[in-house]
Amino acid sequence: MSDWKKLGLTAEDLVGMYRTMLLARRLDERQWVMNRMGKAPFVISCQGHEAAQVGCAWALERGKDFTLPYYRDLGVVLTMGMTPREVMLDFFGRAEGPSSGGRQMPGHYSHPRLRIVSQSSTVAVQAVHAAGIGYAARLRGEDTVVYTSFGEGAAQQGDIHEAMNWAGIYKLPVIFVCQNNKYAISVSASKQMAIENVADRAAGYGFPGVTVDGRDPIAVYAAMKRAVERARAGEGATLIEAKVYRLTPHSSDDDDRSYRSREEVEAERKRDPVLLFAERLKKEGVLDDERLAALDAEVRREVDDATEYAEKAPDPRPEDLYARLYATEPVIGQGGGARA
Amino acid sequence: MPEKTLIEAIHDAMDEEMARDPSVVLLGEDVGLRGGVFRASAGLIEKYGEARVIDTPLAESSIAGVAIGMALNGLRPIAEMQFADFSFPAFNQIQSEAARMYYRSNGGWKVPMVVRMPYGGGPGVHGALYHSQSVEAFYAHIPGLKVVLPSFPYDAKGMLKAAIRDDDPVIFLEHKKAYRSVRQEVPDGDYTVPLGPAEVRREGRHVTIYSYGFLLHESLRAAEQLKGEGIECTVVDVRSLKPLDKKTIVEAAKLTGRVLIVHEDNVSFGAGAEIAAVIAEEALFHLDAPVRRLCGPDVPGIGFNHVYEVEFTPDAARIAAAARELARY
Repeated sequence: MSDWKKLGLTAEDLVGMYRTMLLARRLDERQWVMNRMGKAPFVISCQGHEAAQVGCAWALERGKDFTLPYYRDLGVVLTMGMTPREVMLDFFGRAEGPSSGGRQMPGHYSHPRLRIVSQSSTVAVQAVHAAGIGYAARLRGEDTVVYTSFGEGAAQQGDIHEAMNWAGIYKLPVIFVCQNNKYAISVSASKQMAIENVADRAAGYGFPGVTVDGRDPIAVYAAMKRAVERARAGEGATLIEAKVYRLTPHSSDDDDRSYRSREEVEAERKRDPVLLFAERLKKEGVLDDERLAALDAEVRREVDDATEYAEKAPDPRPEDLYARLYATEPVIGQGGGARA
Repeated sequence: MPEKTLIEAIHDAMDEEMARDPSVVLLGEDVGLRGGVFRASAGLIEKYGEARVIDTPLAESSIAGVAIGMALNGLRPIAEMQFADFSFPAFNQIQSEAARMYYRSNGGWKVPMVVRMPYGGGPGVHGALYHSQSVEAFYAHIPGLKVVLPSFPYDAKGMLKAAIRDDDPVIFLEHKKAYRSVRQEVPDGDYTVPLGPAEVRREGRHVTIYSYGFLLHESLRAAEQLKGEGIECTVVDVRSLKPLDKKTIVEAAKLTGRVLIVHEDNVSFGAGAEIAAVIAEEALFHLDAPVRRLCGPDVPGIGFNHVYEVEFTPDAARIAAAARELARY
């Protein structure tokens, strides 16, 4: 249990990890509340994945390493430096939102300064970009590491295969993280693939594949740390599969009662990674009930502030629809700058 | 000034840009040791090394997608699709990713990349259904892309250099039949040709012909033939579809009042439909005859057999006949 010390983590790290997991959870919960109040059209959740996400991102270097997350990766982008205000601005689709200024759905993170690369709704495509980013870094002799993530559903896409194949051939500094939550919306993993572990496929690309308990941020951090060391040393890619469970429906537009039993979900709620980590930190003597309560109050205040700020922030203007379509404005001015 | 073929001009543009800027890389199937199946990159791997001239796995989605990633991290990749027909496995990467990255990140992430694609066919090419297609309409429909198709060596070199230096994704289409059949004086050394403006290749007062690709050259031959009959043609080289030079297109239509649009791509929903719509919207009352399109028929492609190649592809004689009819309307 206290193997975290051997990994070089301090008690301060552990508190930081817990706080980030909790912040992701509380922001996510607030988004559902806003959605059910009719104040926001869409939520896509990280709940149940926080330990896997924060455990991974904790091993990366902010502002240097690239992350190409997928739509559940709130815990990753918070660890990499996105603020609660930024998250809520994107959630409400406001003009000031760093990811897209209201162009994309929530959860489609982008933050150039933090090297969080813009993502699509078509799944798995970002894994190939990660390979290209890693290739460019290596060509210049940089030791930058590239994180990219996806669910076990997206793992079935051809782009994942193509990306891993490149990473294998060129020993690219890419860490592929599959957050396997057992369901691609409603379709269970057994109908997605014939094998138990996505990570077993790494053998086919010539780099290591590891499965970890995605409810345990320390175990995830340990796997990620090894992968980061490998990547920085020029030894190539790693595939990490974190076994998690999605505690909410796929999105605010989904009803998961049609494909999984309430008993199953209730049983998983008892293994909620945020609760498990709080218990563990108490056992290890890192936090006590008083400090846990204080942290929660602090996080809730941050979420209140972010919500209030983002709710009041201005929407984009109609003319923004036409702006920033081309980086090099076409010479004959047909770049969508004018209203039709 | 030395005479160059279209493919030599393309080679020179890549060679000069790679020498000028270490962030320019080339990736694609067989582009390295083989120098490209059409030899566009002959000798480049020897000059710039295998880290910058990359023989890729045979997987087009990753050729485009890896190029996107490279572009996001400071490189200026040129991705070669060996044949335009094989760009469809990469279509999602091009349409959902490259084209929208800048827009969807609200200007946060740029994708300065070029996707080169040899396209088209015609009598003697024998490329059949999967090595002859014209794909320009698919890409020209996509906001965020630039789509250019130079037909002369001078333009090919200057526009490819401009495309490499451009900060947006550019689809650069090269007509296979024009690769070695078209020669022109091309200056050594640096110059660019802007992406967008059309070029009037010939002025005449009776009929305006719009074309690009190999059929532009057939159109010019037809115009020469018609001159002997007293029919004078304006020929517009529509060398960029996105952006489309509406101003030149409309002015050229007003000049003659009779317009003929020629392309090899299937007629329906092709570039010709857009050009015709622009003319209908902005020059209708200057027209003396209905707009005419002479294009590839709506079948899946140019068949392998020579009979199919000839039947599918408009040529100078058919272009002249259509223009003659218009002149007499």
